[in-house]
Parts: sequence; structure tokens; C-alpha cells
Amino acid sequence: MSRAGLLGLVLLAALPWLVPPFYQTLLVFTAIAALVAAGLYLLTGLAGLTSFGQAAFMGVAGYTSALLAVRYGVDPWLGLLAGLAVTGLFALVLGLLTVRLKGHYLPLATIAWQVALFIVMGSWVGLTGGRTGLADLPPVRVLERALTDPRSYFYLAWGLALLYAGLLHRLVHSRHGRMIRALRGDAVAAASFGARPPDLKLWTFVLAALGAGAAGWLYVHFIRFVNPSPFSLEASIFYLIMAVVGGVQSLPGVFLGAALLTGLEQWLKDLLPLVFGKTGNYEIIAYGLILVGILLLAPKGLWPWIEARLPRARPPRPEGPGLSPRAASLADPLLEVRGLTKSFGGLLAVNRLSFEVRRGEILGLIGPNGAGKSTTFNLLAGVLRPDAGSVRFAGREIAGRYPFETVRLGLVRTFQHPHLFPEMTVLENAMLGTFPRTRAPLLASLFWLDRAEERRAAAEAYRALEAVGLAELAFEKAGRLALGQQRQLELARALAADPLLLLLDEPAAGLRAGEKRALAELIQGLRERGITVLLVDHDMELVMHLVDRVVVMHYGEKLAEGSPAEVQRNPAVVEAYLGGVA
Amino acid sequence: MDPTIFGFLLSDGLISGALYALVALSLVLVFAVTRVILIPMGEWVMYAPLTQAGFLEGRLPATVGLSALLLLVWAVLDRRRGRAPWLLAGWAVGVGLLGLAGVRWPSLAGPIAFLVVLPLGPASFRLFFEPLPQGSVLLYLILAVGLHFVYKGLGLAFFGPDQFRLPALWPGELGVLGLPVPGQGVLLVAAALLAMAGLFLFFTTLYGKALRAAAVNRLGARISGISVREAGRVAFLLATAVGAAAGLLAAPLTNASYDMGFLLGLKGFVAAILGGLVSYPLAVVGGGLVGLLEAFSSFYASAYKEAIVFTLLLPILAWRSLSALTLEEEE
Repeated sequence: MSRAGLLGLVLLAALPWLVPPFYQTLLVFTAIAALVAAGLYLLTGLAGLTSFGQAAFMGVAGYTSALLAVRYGVDPWLGLLAGLAVTGLFALVLGLLTVRLKGHYLPLATIAWQVALFIVMGSWVGLTGGRTGLADLPPVRVLERALTDPRSYFYLAWGLALLYAGLLHRLVHSRHGRMIRALRGDAVAAASFGARPPDLKLWTFVLAALGAGAAGWLYVHFIRFVNPSPFSLEASIFYLIMAVVGGVQSLPGVFLGAALLTGLEQWLKDLLPLVFGKTGNYEIIAYGLILVGILLLAPKGLWPWIEARLPRARPPRPEGPGLSPRAASLADPLLEVRGLTKSFGGLLAVNRLSFEVRRGEILGLIGPNGAGKSTTFNLLAGVLRPDAGSVRFAGREIAGRYPFETVRLGLVRTFQHPHLFPEMTVLENAMLGTFPRTRAPLLASLFWLDRAEERRAAAEAYRALEAVGLAELAFEKAGRLALGQQRQLELARALAADPLLLLLDEPAAGLRAGEKRALAELIQGLRERGITVLLVDHDMELVMHLVDRVVVMHYGEKLAEGSPAEVQRNPAVVEAYLGGVA
Repeated sequence: MDPTIFGFLLSDGLISGALYALVALSLVLVFAVTRVILIPMGEWVMYAPLTQAGFLEGRLPATVGLSALLLLVWAVLDRRRGRAPWLLAGWAVGVGLLGLAGVRWPSLAGPIAFLVVLPLGPASFRLFFEPLPQGSVLLYLILAVGLHFVYKGLGLAFFGPDQFRLPALWPGELGVLGLPVPGQGVLLVAAALLAMAGLFLFFTTLYGKALRAAAVNRLGARISGISVREAGRVAFLLATAVGAAAGLLAAPLTNASYDMGFLLGLKGFVAAILGGLVSYPLAVVGGGLVGLLEAFSSFYASAYKEAIVFTLLLPILAWRSLSALTLEEEE
């Protein structure tokens, strides 16, 4: 850990001895809020899913532990385990129902169960004691010592909050974490490198709910009383606000937001009656205005604004051995397309197309606009599913398989419009490519058991960056790259996946002459590394100088096939490109 | 359940459904043009009848001052835009005069309250949303929640915690198949259908299409000569009009208090979502559905009526999501 981090930790540990009990209590509530907000960092900040139901998860865990303690005398620590288990189960069921929801349906679904659970907590009097709630909960005990004062509870609450934040930090910097961040921007690109979007979303959802569950448990055993009011929709919104105000896309941001708004709320409650001379709900007005003001000034939250003013250390260059290479395929031809057909409504975009890509060659797929090149590309990449025909890759039938399946076999693609993730560093973007080659499960990365594999993946990605000439920029945000560099990064990411066959979708589109020459050299270099390439492009000059063979498409069918020289002499090709000029 | 009770619940459900439908229409309108999920709409819906109640009690409601103040701030913000600041200042003075007229002539309290509340929508858009033209749906949502807090708090400060009962526009009852249906309820249902048809037709006109285009592609709209700012203001104005009218028509049936807006807005939002936040007819169907669900579940399990409404939403959402054709993303 860095020296500044250690110093911060020591200061934090000393804090309850420096402030009066009122502030100690406030600090406990800050840690509780931070647990919920940290879950939102994962869910909203990284995965891009908005939840208005986190307080309901707090309630589920809080009530589970409280009921077990009051009815059956169960120790709160067992109550924590039970509470987390029940919360996780709830999240799993609700998640299965809702994470596949598109767009605005998800936030609404979270509101729906939040409201429903809140009402059940208040109305099922026989179980929960209704609005009066359950009193006299036992305190949490550590080594026979009951944590009844805010000072000792401070260490419990902050311990849990920092533990959770640490777990999330590990997760975010793991192979799954990078994919979760990628999902938010672009599910197609994430799937192209082996992620299964619904599974990842479900995991983030459950993890965020567990954070809220731990917060709920802390809450009820701190005030040693439970009723529905802290678990309302308003509370859920409050946590979301904390996260967004502090900066939902970083852990320091959500902690800052939790501290700020927990303090602000108390402070306004005390201050405003003095100003207005009477008590009332006036803090809510000031509170709303402050929220709106902060967002108008710093729409990404406060932390990014602060972070931009802090010095930044450059991480060390990744070194050491890379990942073990994929077993070479002896299949030749490597890719065999037979009778591939796809229509959109009445339009026959690809009609009984057959061709093959031989092992070790560069094959160009060309044709005038609307010839069906892009459709063919998407059929091979698994984005579209063919109506008929077969695609055999390395001896296996892959027609209609998903991209996250075919990428594991070594079929890797790039995108015409670079699908990169601007908030991630260049190295992290390249590391996305290693996802299908690494195996550490999500839980292993939470507990830091994936480090060896991570180091090798980083080294592998760094080497891919060196190969395309981007190593100097490895720790920059990808959002800063120029178009030519973005294409290079796309290639590096594909190389990191160790492709048998690389599908390049119009890699030269929009590049200047110099950039095109550099790109051509790069692609030449790929062949020398034993990578087979299928290149789809308009740029005749690039294609004709680079490829071994060409397949020409016209109106969805194969018009000609052969070496560049043969094809250029073919009258049908000349006719198709130049129209009826003659 | 005997047929009489069934009939009562049916008419009750359809009437409250009409209120939810109107709120849903205003939310769909705002979302379709600006991508803002307008949580404070519920507060504005309540402001209209509460302002009316103020006039009827012979005092000047503070909403008059709020409206005029927001318009003046708007005028200051737009001070370099030719005649705009003077028109806005004139509008502010007009609102003030309307307020005085409302105290003087209580029989006009309803329409005047409508006109007093109307500027809140477009002015809020100008002050709080226009400065962030590139915001994400989430950012706008949180901003809207912040405004909800502000307007709710102001509602308490202006009108106090009491519920107000307002006189019906159509005090009689109408016999439908032997069931007495309150005339005011008929008015509310008619208003919902009228607003739905009006908005539906409005968005088939060229101007309406231009507003929609502003939401789908800001840059493209700007290139085609459509002002994104103007589109947002018009959408907020129309939506506030629909919301305020809904509040004035519903208050004689449901009463009005400062804190009823949030749940009302939420149910309107539920109804709007059932229509995918894009379709006006479906939003009205959604409103009716929420109203009926609520009426019938309040008969069987009154304590859980809202729990039932929101829980039944989950399977409907799953179905809507599966049948949704477009692959839309949050950001």
C-alpha cells in the first residue's frame, strides 16, 4: 500500500478519539452509507445499471438478522451470514427477472420491488412488528465485548466498509471487472471478447445487493431497533444521490459522497431551524438546491474534479512471461464457408456464398457498396445469424454461434468504428483481448487469487501494444487516442486474444496515407507471426498490395475469386466497379 | 364480489386511472423530447389545486411569487437574447397580476391557478436542465430528484401539511348502467382521452416531429435547423399544462396536499413505462391498468394495495422488455 494510503488509514483509525460522540455516530452512519454507495459504484458507475432498490436490500438483511436475534436468540454474527444469504437470494431472483430488462425498465423494476418490500415490512405486523418495528436487538459482540458505544462500533462499520471497498477494487481490476466496465459502453464489443453480458450483470447486481445487506445489518445492530422507515424508496434515492454527487465512477468518489451528504443532512437539520426560527422540513429545500447546484457545476460528481488536480503516479511497466499460446490448428482451409445465405425482409443480402480462407494467407473480401460484405462479416463474427449455409472454422461448425463462443476458438475480430472504452487505459483496453485466454473465476479475483494470471495477461497485452507501436501510451486513457492510434489499439486487443483467424473490418477507413502505410506493414507482420487474416475493405490500393487472394462480391453473390492480378483483369469485376461505362 | 361492488371498483379504478394517465402523458412528452424523467411533475400537479385553494381562501398563494421569480431569473439568464428578457419580465408581471385577479375574483380561481403554475415547467427546464445539454439519462434523473425535493419542501412551506378539499366543476352524478358515477370523474376521463388524442396528433405535425427529432439526435436536429433548447421548453410547457389541468380536475375527487405528488408521479411513471415511455395511447392504457389494479387490490387487501400494484408490475415489465423491438441503451 502507498504511503499516503497508510497515513490515511492511521488518521481514520485515530478519528473516533479526536471527535465528540455525536460525530462518532455520524462517522458510523457514513460507513453504513458508504457500503451502499460502494455497491452503486459497481452497479451504476461501472456496469451502468441504475437501482432505486438498494435500501430494500438493507431492509431484507436487517430484518433477517433482527428476527433471528429477537425470536430465536441467534447471535448477530450468524445473523449477518443469514442476512447476506437471504439478501443474495432475493437479489438473485430479482436479478434474474430484471437484469435482462432494457433501458429504463430496469430502474422502474427496482422502484417496483423497493416500494413493494417497503410496504410488506410495514404491513406484515405478525412478522415484522409493522411500523412500530422490533426493539431490543442484541449488540454485536467481538471477543466477549459488546459494541454498544459509537467509538467501538466505528471500527466494526469502517472495517466492513473498507473490506467491501477492497473486494470491489480487486474485482474492478480483474478480467471480469474490465468486462463489466466494457459492457456499459458496448455490449457487442464485450461479447466479441468472450463476455456473457447477462451473467456479468447478474453478478454485479448480487454483489451490490450484498454490500447494501451488510449496511442494513450494521444499521439495525447499531441503533438496536428496526422499523421500515430507513428502508424506504426515499432512502434508496438518497444513496444514489450520494454516489452521483461524490462521483459514481470511482470508489473515493462514492465514499466522499457518503461522508458529505451524511454530514450535510445532519448539519442542515441543526442549522436551518436557527436561520428560519422554526422547525419544519426546510432542510429538504436546501438539500435539493445543493444537490442541483453540485450537479450543474460538476456533472460527473466531485471526485473527478478533485482527482484532476492531484498528481498521478505512473504504474510500472508490466513484465514477465505472457500467457501460453493457443494450440495451432492444422486445419486447412482454416475457414470454409458453404452456401451462406441471409436476407433482411425481402432483401437478399448474401446469397449462397461459398469461399475458403487457407491457413496462413491474407484473403481480401471486396465489392462495391451494398455488395453484402458487411453482412458477410457480421455473419462470420456471430453478430448476425445466417438463414442457411455452413461455416466451418478450424474443423468445427460455427454458423449461428455467439461471438463469446467463437472467440474462444481463436476467431477474433476488429471493428470498423473502433469499439474502445475511453475511460479505461490503453493497456486495460488491450487486456480485454486476453479475457478468453484466462480463466480465474470472479470469486477468485475478489480474494486476490488471480494475481499470477493477471500479471501474465498484462505482460501479454503490453507485448501486443509493443507490436503495434502503442506501448508508450499504455497508461493513457484510450479516449485520448487519434483515429489511427485507435485502430492500432483495436489490432493490439485482437492480438492479445491470440487469434488463429483475424477478421478485419475496413481497417483503413478514414486513415491518412501515412497511417495506411503503417497499417499495411502491421498486417504484413501478422502473417509472419502465423496469423491468418480475412480483410474486408473498400480501399483497392491497400487490398491489392497486401492480400494473397481476393474474393469479389456483388449483389450478395461471389463474382470472382483469385490473385489480385487475376481479379483486376476479370471483365465482370471491372464492369461491377465501373458500372456500365463501356 | 357482487356486480354492484364490481361496478364501483371499475368506475373508481378508471377514474384514478385517468389521473395516472394524464401524469403519464406529461412524463412521456417530456421524456420523448428531452430524455428527462420528470419526477417533480407530481409536485406541479399538486401545486395547481393548492394554488386554487389559496385563492378560494382569499389569500395570495406563494406559487405566484415563485412563478414570477423563476421567470425573472430566466429573463436575467437570457438577457443577451434580444427581446426575450423583456417578454419574460412581462410574463412575470402578468403572473403577478393574475395572482391579484385570483384573489379578487375567486370564481376564476381554477383557470388562474392553471396559468400561475404553467411557467414552472419551462422555467425549471431553462434554469436546471438547459445548462447541461449533454447529460446522461441518469444525471437528468438525479437532477429531477433534486428538484423534486426542492418543490416538495416549498410545497410544505407554501401550503402547510393540510389536505384541501376543492369544489367540483361538475358536482352531480351520472347514472351509467345503474351505477352512480361522479360527473367530475367523467370530466377527468374525458380530459385524459382528449390529451392523448391531442398529443398523438401534435406529434404527427411537422413541428411535433421536429421536437421528437431533437431528442433522438441533437446534432442532426441542430443541423436541420431545429433548436434543441426551444424543443425542451415547449415540451416542458405542454407537459406542465397537462399536469396542472390533471391536478385541478382530480382534486375535487382526491383532495390535494403537498405530499401527494410523489406517489402520484410514481404511478404515472409506471403507467408511462408500460407504454415504453414513447407511446401516448399505451401510456393511457397503462394509466387505466394501474388504476384498476389499485382499485381491485384495495378491495381484497387494502394494506397491500400499493405493494400489489408494484409487484404485478414486474412480470409486465419482463414481458414488455422481451417484446420491445428496439435495443436501446441507458446512456
